Amino acid sequence: MNSLVNRAKMLLEEKSVNVVIGYEAGTGGTARPAFISESADAEKLIYNEHCVHNLAVYLSKQEVRKMGKIGIVAALPVMRSILMLIAEHQVDPENIVIMGISHDGSLLDIENIQVMKDYISKSDPGNPERYKDKLAELNKLSMEERFEYWQKELSKCIKCYACRQACPMCYCTRCAVEVNQPQWISVKSDTSGNMEWHILRAMHLAGRCISCGECGRACPVGIDCHLLTMHLSDQVYKYFRVYAGLSEKMSSVLSTYEPNDKENFII
Amino acid sequence: MNLTIKKILLSDMETTIKSLRKQSLEKLYNHLASSQKIYAPIVTSDKQVEFRYNPEFRDVTFEHIRSTLSVKNVVFPKIENLFYFTNTKEESIIKDIDLNIIPEVVLWGVHPCDSAAFDILRSIFCWDIKDEFFSKRLEKITVITLSCHKSDEFCFCTSVNLSPDSVKGSDIQLSLLQNGDYQAEILTEKGNELVSQVPDLFEQPSGEKKVIAGVKNKFDNKKVTSNLSGVFEHPFWIRNSLRCIGCGACAFVCPVCACFDIQDETKGKDGRRYRCWDSCGFSLFTLHTSGHNPRQIQSQRWRQRIMHKFSYMPDRNNALGCVGCGRCSSSCPVDMNLAEQLEALQNI
Amino acid sequence: MSDFEPKVVAFVCNWCTYAGADLTGTSRIKYSSNVKIIRFPCTGRIDFMLLLKAFANGADGIIVSGCHPNDCHYTSGNFHAKRRWIIFRELMDFMGIDMKRITFSWVSAAEGAKWAEVVNNTVMRIRELGPYKSYRDMVNAKVEEEVRNE
Repeated sequence: MNSLVNRAKMLLEEKSVNVVIGYEAGTGGTARPAFISESADAEKLIYNEHCVHNLAVYLSKQEVRKMGKIGIVAALPVMRSILMLIAEHQVDPENIVIMGISHDGSLLDIENIQVMKDYISKSDPGNPERYKDKLAELNKLSMEERFEYWQKELSKCIKCYACRQACPMCYCTRCAVEVNQPQWISVKSDTSGNMEWHILRAMHLAGRCISCGECGRACPVGIDCHLLTMHLSDQVYKYFRVYAGLSEKMSSVLSTYEPNDKENFII
Repeated sequence: MNLTIKKILLSDMETTIKSLRKQSLEKLYNHLASSQKIYAPIVTSDKQVEFRYNPEFRDVTFEHIRSTLSVKNVVFPKIENLFYFTNTKEESIIKDIDLNIIPEVVLWGVHPCDSAAFDILRSIFCWDIKDEFFSKRLEKITVITLSCHKSDEFCFCTSVNLSPDSVKGSDIQLSLLQNGDYQAEILTEKGNELVSQVPDLFEQPSGEKKVIAGVKNKFDNKKVTSNLSGVFEHPFWIRNSLRCIGCGACAFVCPVCACFDIQDETKGKDGRRYRCWDSCGFSLFTLHTSGHNPRQIQSQRWRQRIMHKFSYMPDRNNALGCVGCGRCSSSCPVDMNLAEQLEALQNI
Repeated sequence: MSDFEPKVVAFVCNWCTYAGADLTGTSRIKYSSNVKIIRFPCTGRIDFMLLLKAFANGADGIIVSGCHPNDCHYTSGNFHAKRRWIIFRELMDFMGIDMKRITFSWVSAAEGAKWAEVVNNTVMRIRELGPYKSYRDMVNAKVEEEVRNE
């Protein structure tokens, strides 16, 4: 941890960055995001197994953008989110300093985007192991069983939009659900309104989700909404041979096409 | 501001203490469940505590510290139809909701923090005019609370003028006794009426002691309220709200938060107007049609949340806008921890 | 079940399938009348939510049809639509929504006979599957506290 703290101290003292976004100790032994602007406060920075929040979500916040150059503690999912955000022109790579962290907590030397890309390319870009089992389990169920399952899960949804807010890729200042001329997605939190919302969100994230799982973790009522976006992540790879967050130059999967995209259902 | 007394409280002399054997609990529950709706907490397959209508007694939990969602749903539903309408060429025909068909509901296993919230909600919904929907639903509930024999690091009821065995808002309060039986404290006419339906279950008090959880006092709410009047522009707000992602979780799980949105939905010529939960933490909550947003950044919205609960409400509604249940903190994805922030405000 | 007449909604593009459907009519080819046709400038304009709204409003089956690849009046609208449908179908299947009830086709302005075949086959299939009751039940399910004025 000392190397992380020292690096942060150095960056702040040299004024290479105005703020370091990382993790600090939270309630009951957990961790939470932290914004360190004074080098003396850099001592608070930690990295452990509780540090799962996707910090890239803050890079789109207007008050954070105004802070100037930002240092960000980046584990693998955060790195991929940053690449996705750069690809979608939401983050200027000149404005951020990546303080890369490997999965065992050691500080990495990430000088630039290319080094970050190389690091990312060494890992499996598919859905993390711990979600693969649940996805496989759901895929084995019959169609009726799957419909039952999702109805039961989505009837719990209270439309708090924590899933949307926790996702770094949901940065639209006016979300589709907040437009009411026309009211395309039902606002109410009954099963059908909830289904419409989650289907819309999953489709809008197709080809953009890097499978961090934050949406499901943020959900206060315990819906596994991350399974929907992760499933589509698998499908995008299956059909279009592309994963999100591997390059800073990625074209949007659903607004581009290949003339020979293969399908087997159009007659 | 007039708070009409909805519950006929028994005077201290008349408040009765009875005891209920462990076996009698099931009989009481089944008697209630057989004749009316009962809203009781269960543990679901993914380890969440949820309130359901008429679950089997064997599924009802007595060991929960808090349910994921509060029980405000029974008086302030997450979707509430306000009226129906049909549009013809000449006019819109409005069909009102008949509030008399709202059924009686017995709330079971509600903790004292949640039952105290009903009165606070009433101070909002019946502030200057009486909200008919809310009031009718409030009339129809009977609240059987379960005092807390467990607490955790998120609880802070004792810092907001409540306690793990507070009787505010209860018709009957059940408390676990040291020998495993329960004490029943009957507090209102409604509670008395309920007991009279099954008098044999309620026996003379056994003299056993109640098992009540300890909840450490975290801050002095009077000091917080008084400090808040002078810190509107303090950098505290920005510093402490940077990690907030503006999700609505805290407002939606809170037993006292009462903000709502009103929407119309039509299908052809017919439609309905309904209200649904909303949150002042959402970025578009205060967006004007002109495009101006007085609370454009998260720190302004976070400040609003705390000010509303701890400064504006005590000032205008004579009620603290928080019952210390800890749901906001345990649901928060980024650990904003309200109690920690209030402690800091106490010392600001 | 024997007197169940499926309600099928067809989302078609103006330049190919709609014209093709016209040709079916002028050629006096008889086909099932269960279909309500909604005309779009291009399949690329068809939002995936429209299909769900069709099911929610009483459709038992859906047809989505447009120009053959490389023949789109707007050059690439149908390519975008194809990609969208590939992903949308996978999501719907994952959530248990019945994809057997949706037919996707390319029908050109000259394929009057094909249009009739697509419609007839779809209607026959939906007739066998029955009404899409489970979806409509989900849409009409009321939250416990909602009070309905009967």
